[in-house]
Amino acid sequence: MAEVRFQTVRKTFGDVVAVDDVDLEVEDGQFVVLLGPSGCGKTTLLRCLAGLEKVDGGRVYIGGRDATDLPPRRRRIAMVFQSYAVFPHMKVFDNIAFGLRMQKERSAIVRERVQSAAELLQIVDYLDRYPAQLSGGQRQRVAVARAIATKADVLLMDEPLSNLDALLRMEARAELKALLQKLRTTTIYVTHDQIEALSMGDRVAVMRSGRTMQVDTPIAVYDNPADMFVGGFIGTPPMNFIEAEVRGNGAGHAVHLTGGSFPLATPGVAALSGRKLVLGIRAEAIGVEREPGEGLVRATVVVVEPLGSHNLLTVRMAEETLKVSARPDFFPAPESDVWLRLEPERIRWMDRETKSALERPAVV
Amino acid sequence: MIQRPGVWLPRVFLYGGALVLSLWVLLPIYFITLAAFSTQDAVYRYPKNLVPRDLSTETMRFFLNSEGIVGSLQRSALVAALTLLFSLGVGTPAGYAIARFVFRGADTFRLAVVSTRAFPIVILSIPLAVTYIRWGIDDSVLGVALAHTALALPFAVLVTSSVFAGISVELEEAAMTLGCSRLSAFRRVALPLALPGLAAAAIFVFIISWNEVFAASILTLRNPTLPAQVLSVLNESPLPFRFAGGFFLLAPSLIVIFVIRKYLFNMWGRVVK
Repeated sequence: MAEVRFQTVRKTFGDVVAVDDVDLEVEDGQFVVLLGPSGCGKTTLLRCLAGLEKVDGGRVYIGGRDATDLPPRRRRIAMVFQSYAVFPHMKVFDNIAFGLRMQKERSAIVRERVQSAAELLQIVDYLDRYPAQLSGGQRQRVAVARAIATKADVLLMDEPLSNLDALLRMEARAELKALLQKLRTTTIYVTHDQIEALSMGDRVAVMRSGRTMQVDTPIAVYDNPADMFVGGFIGTPPMNFIEAEVRGNGAGHAVHLTGGSFPLATPGVAALSGRKLVLGIRAEAIGVEREPGEGLVRATVVVVEPLGSHNLLTVRMAEETLKVSARPDFFPAPESDVWLRLEPERIRWMDRETKSALERPAVV
Repeated sequence: MIQRPGVWLPRVFLYGGALVLSLWVLLPIYFITLAAFSTQDAVYRYPKNLVPRDLSTETMRFFLNSEGIVGSLQRSALVAALTLLFSLGVGTPAGYAIARFVFRGADTFRLAVVSTRAFPIVILSIPLAVTYIRWGIDDSVLGVALAHTALALPFAVLVTSSVFAGISVELEEAAMTLGCSRLSAFRRVALPLALPGLAAAAIFVFIISWNEVFAASILTLRNPTLPAQVLSVLNESPLPFRFAGGFFLLAPSLIVIFVIRKYLFNMWGRVVK
């Protein structure tokens, strides 16, 4: 058990800055997900923590110790690799026992620990097999069992589920989360899959171009993205962004979009007035009506995609295309008009120049 | 079912060609082997028997009892063993470095390794012989082994680098996170996985040395290796001697190629799992 702290960690490969002065703290027992598109530096950051990459600047602390210059074996970490990296020339038992034997544990303890790790991951029946005789899902379990067997202070996972097929991945996700909840080991988990990040992490660190753009709880990252990149990267569909302006008239304020306008009376609205803004809103925060009404904006239906739990509408509002989530029984004809209600409390205002959210919610 | 000529004709050419090529290579090998294990009379008889009839070890015994053969056989084995030791001792770390590390001039180094083979040994032979005499390692097992190492090293480097390139870096990294140092990760994970490929490389190097005749002839006088010995007396030797000698030079190569062909194929395109 240990906390982890990155202090202005920097890593470059030639001219490419892979990790750009990242500060990040992970509390003891916390599950933090590093999320971002490929090439954003998330895996490099994890490898800096593992000691597999030498940092070019900054410090890495594990459990209060400065681990920056320690080799991987002295960092008290364990890692699950994307390719699993299960040793093909050893049986499953010896794979799981590898770390314990390196620590010179007595063979009775090795046997007991391997057994309990194998039980946790339900691979007891395969202990006597070689990895080549296992399926991908089973190999993944071996890799996790091997990592937890040493009872390391920090667990590092580099896209451990990305090589599984979709159905298995969903199952493994829930199982892995349950397992890590039971172990309460500090875990840093790298993924490019935002659903994995939202569903598993205590906190999510969204990365882009080597920087952390936002570090927050999954729900905060989803609801209050720090900028347009985070809003656009997280969520299926991603957040809608519409260019907008807020103008005051005698009675109050109104939001003006290219496709229409609607009144807005949320607190602090006066401060928005006159700025070049982008209105960010989630598909499910938009109400759809068949008839025009007070505070509604007209849009034209392009496509209706029934998804079972809801219907995903693609609509056009002036030049902007929006994704709107509607009731599963709502089937407007393509090219017909619908009227949208943009829920005022769920609008996130972004600056058109900086692409950042105007008011950053307090970090949880 | 009758197929159009367009379908089977190319196949006939393909298999026909393959058959001709195979016979081209296999028939001489067959006749050499046959002659090496026939009576001396049978070796001279003409026309030849196509099926083994007068099998005997007479020709073989005659060859082995000829002057200088046993000694040169021993020297050949010793030279090949030393060549193997030197080539792999130097070549394996080099191959590992090429496969694993990104370093300045890696490509140049790779090219340089191969380009050593571009120097014809014919041109190098005189200066080499002079240098050897000056150093006092002419006409010695060590001298020939060093020359053979120079010939075999590029292959050793290239083959071992392709063997290590086929072993995922993540395996070694995983070992390092599990308590290994760089060295022990290599010893416990990379090395055992590379062993079959390294064995193939070793045998390959052994054969290069075993069959090498030019450097061995130039650098030895009274202590030749087997190919050098056979070559030097070839013109004045009787037929049985030639066939038996040919067989001795041939047999190890054939056995080796049979054993390592799997790894050669791995090397050429398919990745070692």
